[in-house]
Amino acid sequence: MKVLHSPHTPDGITTPAQGLDLSPRNKLLLEAGVLMGVLLLLIFVFPAVLSGFRLNLLGRFLALSIVALGIDLIWGYTGMLSLGQGVFFALGGYALGMHLSLQLPDGRIPEFFSLYGVTELPWFWRPFYSFSFTAIAIFLIPALVASALGYLVVRNRIRGVYFSILTQATTIIFFNFFNGQQRLINGTNGLTSFTTLFDLNINSAEMRFAIYVATILFVALAYVLCRYLTSGLFGRILVAIRDDEPRVRFSGYDPTGFKVLVFAVAAGLAGIAGALFTLQTGIISPNAMSVPFSIEMVIWVAVGGRSSLIGAVIGAVLVNFAKSLLSESFPEIWLFFQGGLFLLVVMVLPDGLVGWVRTQGRQLWIIFQLWRRRLAKTSLA
Amino acid sequence: MTLLFDSLFNGISIGTVLLMAALGLAIVFGLMGVINMAHGELMMLGAYTTFVVQNVFRQWGDPWRDFYIFPALVAAFGVAALVGLILERAVIRFLYGRPLETLLATWGVSLILQQFVRSVNWVLALRLGVFGLLFFGGWWLLAKRVDWPRIKGWVLTLLLVLSTAIGTVGGRLLAQTYALAVTQPWFGAQNRDVTAPRWLRGGIPVGQLFLPNTRLFIISLTLVCILGLYIFLQHTRWGLRIRAVTQNRAMSACVGIPTQTVDALTFAIGSGLAGVAGVAVSLLGSVGPNTGQNYIVDTFMVVVVGGVGKLLGSIVAALGIGIANFLIGSGTLALIFPGVPILTDTLNFFATTSMAKVMVFALIVVFLQFRPRGLFPEKGRTVDA
Repeated sequence: MKVLHSPHTPDGITTPAQGLDLSPRNKLLLEAGVLMGVLLLLIFVFPAVLSGFRLNLLGRFLALSIVALGIDLIWGYTGMLSLGQGVFFALGGYALGMHLSLQLPDGRIPEFFSLYGVTELPWFWRPFYSFSFTAIAIFLIPALVASALGYLVVRNRIRGVYFSILTQATTIIFFNFFNGQQRLINGTNGLTSFTTLFDLNINSAEMRFAIYVATILFVALAYVLCRYLTSGLFGRILVAIRDDEPRVRFSGYDPTGFKVLVFAVAAGLAGIAGALFTLQTGIISPNAMSVPFSIEMVIWVAVGGRSSLIGAVIGAVLVNFAKSLLSESFPEIWLFFQGGLFLLVVMVLPDGLVGWVRTQGRQLWIIFQLWRRRLAKTSLA
Repeated sequence: MTLLFDSLFNGISIGTVLLMAALGLAIVFGLMGVINMAHGELMMLGAYTTFVVQNVFRQWGDPWRDFYIFPALVAAFGVAALVGLILERAVIRFLYGRPLETLLATWGVSLILQQFVRSVNWVLALRLGVFGLLFFGGWWLLAKRVDWPRIKGWVLTLLLVLSTAIGTVGGRLLAQTYALAVTQPWFGAQNRDVTAPRWLRGGIPVGQLFLPNTRLFIISLTLVCILGLYIFLQHTRWGLRIRAVTQNRAMSACVGIPTQTVDALTFAIGSGLAGVAGVAVSLLGSVGPNTGQNYIVDTFMVVVVGGVGKLLGSIVAALGIGIANFLIGSGTLALIFPGVPILTDTLNFFATTSMAKVMVFALIVVFLQFRPRGLFPEKGRTVDA
């Protein structure tokens, strides 16, 4: 294998592996170019090609890919496996859902309250009349909840599996809380039947397209943010924490701050994703906080490849399309398939699709080149 | 006073179920650092085994039908232990030192098991049997070839495709020939009921209290399990080996303890205990594919609070969480502190079963601020624990 990676083969022709090497600056430019290209493709080409239904699905899955980016940040880079991102996702969704439910004439309160005999708006609903407050709350509330929980857990050096099962318990706790409070937030039924945003009908075709475009822009922003965080010193410390936390501590860094910060960022991203998702599905209910959904999010990242950010986005979109296709046609196979996917990814493809393409793809490419060259030689002779 | 005893009894009976579920999880976690997300599904398998054994005994008529519970215990232990053993040999042992990946893999297994009990029927069973026979049989035969390492990847892929195809075709043929008799699911998606034997219905009145027999049975079952586990761990050769590997895996391997065998054995025993817990659960309510999910998070919390390495930690944690759940959930605490209005209001807010869990979790997080490594952590100076 060594020989294949050496810059020159004996006959003096450079190997293809070298042809892919670019300077860091050019690499960044290439990445930005590809990102722009994908953006333009998504905004201008896909709407023309896909049916309205599929386009709406794509929009939802892109919203979900923002959560996946956050999970990649905390799990792929920092080694904290959170099984509770659904909580932050739902908190963001509820924040926007409350704002949308309050698009009413003055003095009226959302209809479901009358079912439980509530006549006055509960106090914590009031600030959500304002859009600017809501816009901030969508990412700030999840981030604050995450940093409080994260600080209490991380500061005691609770990590690894313990961290995972504590976040999983958090999911159940929030689920129970939101499920049980009919009089405050409509319990199991959740918030639904939204009609307008900025006095515009959110179900009109133009508004739907605008939301789709906004989702794509948010995905791009989230990607750029995560890319910024994971390059440079900050990103290196995150990776160091993942690989050997005690050694990071011995080197004079306190991992607590980094871990709490990155957990909060991931939660904020999940909140934004939840809001965009709610806008496109028109409902937010405690089901978004259920345990299986939160773990499903992790598998998106695992399938795409947790060592790369783009893998998270690809994984989220692919797995969700597979899910919608499979559960449309064979509903009972989906769980078998999902379970198998967990096993397959963990046992056979630990670095996901992107990792597989990186290692296997490059090798196959080299083998193909060598074979072609040998073919050329024999035909000459 | 009666109130207090009543709450204590109820709390303990909640706690014993948790404890039985958590025992297996705790010893496995202590030994291998692995949390088995499919543990709840092993409980579920135990509960379904009870259901099957009950139906078999019901056919045999009167003197037998009341004693199905004892064979059911053995069968549940056996089934769960077998599935656990397969799980360890086929999945977990390849994921050593990667606890987070193990978490995800076992979650995948738990999804598969849930769907399996929903849709299992003769066709599926046959397909699985044919697949297993062809795939593993072919593997076993071809592995004897000299050039096995070279052809392994391709041969296994080919075997996988071939045996899946043959199994599917066989299943199709069977389904066409016998129709509904073989395509009807054994259990289906709806819940199934296990009726307690007659001698377990009713209860014993003690003073003003009424102690239901099923609860007493579960408590004594838990006592037997703990005692058995204690004797096994402390007074047998294999127990000694398990404790040695738990304390120091590398050193145990150096002195000749077969750590792989110890892992498999412990995992089988832990899974078997989950099966026994499943029998207890089946006595308390109906059994469904999601039964395991209802218990799993509470069980994890027992492991977190109890710490690893000591049985006593799990016992105290399980009983503590059980009692706290009941005291808060039933609103008993609010009755105990009648004087302070703010306190009673708050406590009443949390006085439902699901809200009690919210408060208990908050208490657990507070508890972890003081004892981050559980109730009785192992003493040591390693940074990495």
